[in-house]
Amino acid sequence: MATSTQPVTPQLWLRQQCRWHPLEIVFWLSTLLPFFLFPNYLSLASQIAITAMFALSLDLILGYAGVVSLGHAAFFGIGAYGAGLFSIHVWGEPFTGLLFGGLIAGIAGYITSFIVARFRHLTLIMITLGIGLMAHEIANKAHSLTGGSDGLQGVKIQPLFGVFKFDLYGYVAYSYSLAALFIAFLAVRRIVNSPFGLALRGIRENWTRMPAIGADRPAHIRKAYTIAAVLAGFAGAILTQTTQSAALESISFGRSADVLVMLVLGGAGRLYGGLIGATIFMVARDQFSGIAPQYWYFWIGVLLIVVVMFMPNGILGGLSYIYARWRRK
Amino acid sequence: MLPPVFGVLFDGIAYGMLLFVLSVGLSVTLGLMNFVNLAHCAFAMIGGYVTAILVNSYGWPFLATLPISFLAAGAASVVLERLFYRRLYRSTDLDQVLLTIGLAFISVAVAAYFFTTNQQPIETPSFLRGSIEFLGLNFARYRLFLIVVALIVTILLVLGLEYTRFGAMVRASVDNQRMARGLGIDVDRTFALTFALGCGLAGLGGGLAIDIVGLDPNFAFNFLVFVLIVVSVGGLGSIAGSFFAAMLIGVSDIAGKYYFPEYGAFMIYFVMVAVLMWKPTGLFGKR
Amino acid sequence: MTAALTTAGLNKKFGSLVVANNINITLPQGVRYALIGPNGAGKTTLINLMTGMLAPDQGEITLGGETITTLPPQQRVQRGLARTFQINTLFPGLNALEAVTLAINEREKVSGQFWKNVGGYSAIIDEAHAILKRLRLGDACYQQTREMPYGRQRLLEIALALATRPKVLLLDEPAAGVPQEESGEVFEAVAGLSSDLTLLFIEHDMHVVFRFASHIIVLVGGAIFAEGPPSEISQHPGVREVYLGKRKHG
Repeated sequence: MATSTQPVTPQLWLRQQCRWHPLEIVFWLSTLLPFFLFPNYLSLASQIAITAMFALSLDLILGYAGVVSLGHAAFFGIGAYGAGLFSIHVWGEPFTGLLFGGLIAGIAGYITSFIVARFRHLTLIMITLGIGLMAHEIANKAHSLTGGSDGLQGVKIQPLFGVFKFDLYGYVAYSYSLAALFIAFLAVRRIVNSPFGLALRGIRENWTRMPAIGADRPAHIRKAYTIAAVLAGFAGAILTQTTQSAALESISFGRSADVLVMLVLGGAGRLYGGLIGATIFMVARDQFSGIAPQYWYFWIGVLLIVVVMFMPNGILGGLSYIYARWRRK
Repeated sequence: MLPPVFGVLFDGIAYGMLLFVLSVGLSVTLGLMNFVNLAHCAFAMIGGYVTAILVNSYGWPFLATLPISFLAAGAASVVLERLFYRRLYRSTDLDQVLLTIGLAFISVAVAAYFFTTNQQPIETPSFLRGSIEFLGLNFARYRLFLIVVALIVTILLVLGLEYTRFGAMVRASVDNQRMARGLGIDVDRTFALTFALGCGLAGLGGGLAIDIVGLDPNFAFNFLVFVLIVVSVGGLGSIAGSFFAAMLIGVSDIAGKYYFPEYGAFMIYFVMVAVLMWKPTGLFGKR
Repeated sequence: MTAALTTAGLNKKFGSLVVANNINITLPQGVRYALIGPNGAGKTTLINLMTGMLAPDQGEITLGGETITTLPPQQRVQRGLARTFQINTLFPGLNALEAVTLAINEREKVSGQFWKNVGGYSAIIDEAHAILKRLRLGDACYQQTREMPYGRQRLLEIALALATRPKVLLLDEPAAGVPQEESGEVFEAVAGLSSDLTLLFIEHDMHVVFRFASHIIVLVGGAIFAEGPPSEISQHPGVREVYLGKRKHG
């Protein structure tokens, strides 16, 4: 945490805001624990890392820029199908497939960002929902390309660096998705601490003031939306590569809603909000996998109401509030 | 002899009428309070289940269940409005979206718990079954009935809004909330009443919808998309807007499925995005 | 010499309500003009038209000789036309330093820069801090805006506008809502602004208007009712009746 003494210069104060906290190092070291403690759960750990990356990408637009999206799975799904199709029609080398997935998701994000940047409130919610549903409908109907509701068949991914095969136990899968998550996290961390990140927070804090200080708000939103789409595409591509399949679920409204729930649960507008939220959500879903999905959603519904009514800033917001009160005493 | 396009048009209009009854309440409450209520179709589902249970388990005549479905959904909305909605009138869109998605999730689970995830078939009275042949085309009686009911609802709504004191309060509040408060109108109370009325209409729509689209716990989400599309295309707070948007979406959906089955539901999403690109506040929206 | 800002034949209607009726205003370089008029006279609307937040039905606006009538608000700001808001329009979750830095970043076109740390732009932060110190906000610059006292938030409104380095500054009731004894502080800050800066301010307090303005424009019912130096306006019988007189009773 920042020291209690007044910093010498404003420059130093701003830099202090983005110094690594010891807890962050503990957090990232603990992501290595599954290798030793839960070797049977590495596939789950890999799913968590992928989902966390997806939540991180939503955090950039929703948490930082305040642009609500109910259709973010469109980009996740485009990345997922893109990487799968790439492995079928080009070759199975994973890194190029990953880049391809991120690239086409980014192109889709860039094109739709021109629509998204114009709207807010209900219209924005509807537009993003509509884009997400259209993407789902295309994936569903383009049976010859995507396999429709049967999922994409024949995804074959070659070993990482030509050496490490994606095995059943998930060692390689978790290493791959964790490394990707960490790199994505470093990138987002840089972005939110940059002048651009400050501009995004400005949009979130006051949409109307931005043009009045000379900001090209639509251009900022387009940029953030495109970056978020690329990250979501990467996450989707990794899901396809580590599971060697791509399903319609990856582009569904359910996935858009889930990621929103995770992010809000963890704490939107905080770098670790999506990561913590995804971890809790995915572990809980795994633990309660015995119960039917509709009852699982009962508890998600209860959780959402509790978060909205009592924890407006999510788990991390609640914790930092408690911490601040404890320090003041 | 009429060409088949009239049959498609007829089905589309009947479907649009159903969408109108389902969505008009949401349009008015959104116009009043800007409250994004994604649980709207959960209220429709309540109405649907009331109708299904009364007909199937208690042997009530179908028509008699419809007012009950209206009342049940309205009553449920009063309770939930007191408990949850009221506290979020001035919150962000995101909070409202999250709360109401949460309620919708819960409604799906509760419906599945009590009524299983199976479809609830319903027996409609014989005079609503079958179809009438007219100039070589078959017109389903139930759809004709649907159109008549929706038109009655529309006329009652328009008359109620134009000629009653409550209607004047609603119009004033939609038009300029600050001014309405200044004139001593209790906007929150007006909203609560409108909300109950709107949810009641959704419940009626839920009862009417069973024969056309069936009823299972996913109703709360499956129809939400259509309803939201109608509302945003029509423009918030506009009855005429909802009416024309419901017709537009109903006809586009049926025509799209009839003439271009390979594109599925793509047609209506396309219509929605196109309309919103052209007029971000919807066809009849002011703000 | 070209005027800093002009409007020619500006018209705007909301439905049947005329909010701007053939407004012709010329602000010469470096002047301090006041815009007065009863509530609902269209003063804020006029600022909204000048800054591009509303589009006029007819008429033309020029800034330093260049026509800006169809430019979006941010491009007018980039060309040197800034404004403040009557109702605080700030960034509640940012502190004063971040908010002013953000405005300078936009001016210097570095706010698209997403890889370098915001603290790395030392000159910009120095300038932000200097602006805040000039408005006596230097010691409060790490406080979140929503936690700042109201009077200081009014000063931050001005600081944000100054950060865009305007040539013309439109102040919409800079001391609105500030207790009388503190409003002097806000206007001292305004008076201390560079004399190159062209100023147009809306204000209700006639003492303040007569003290700080070199020229007064009276707006009534969306039209210019009278215009002239303070001595002339204070003697203008019509103005006394519609505006000054009204205030005395109200």
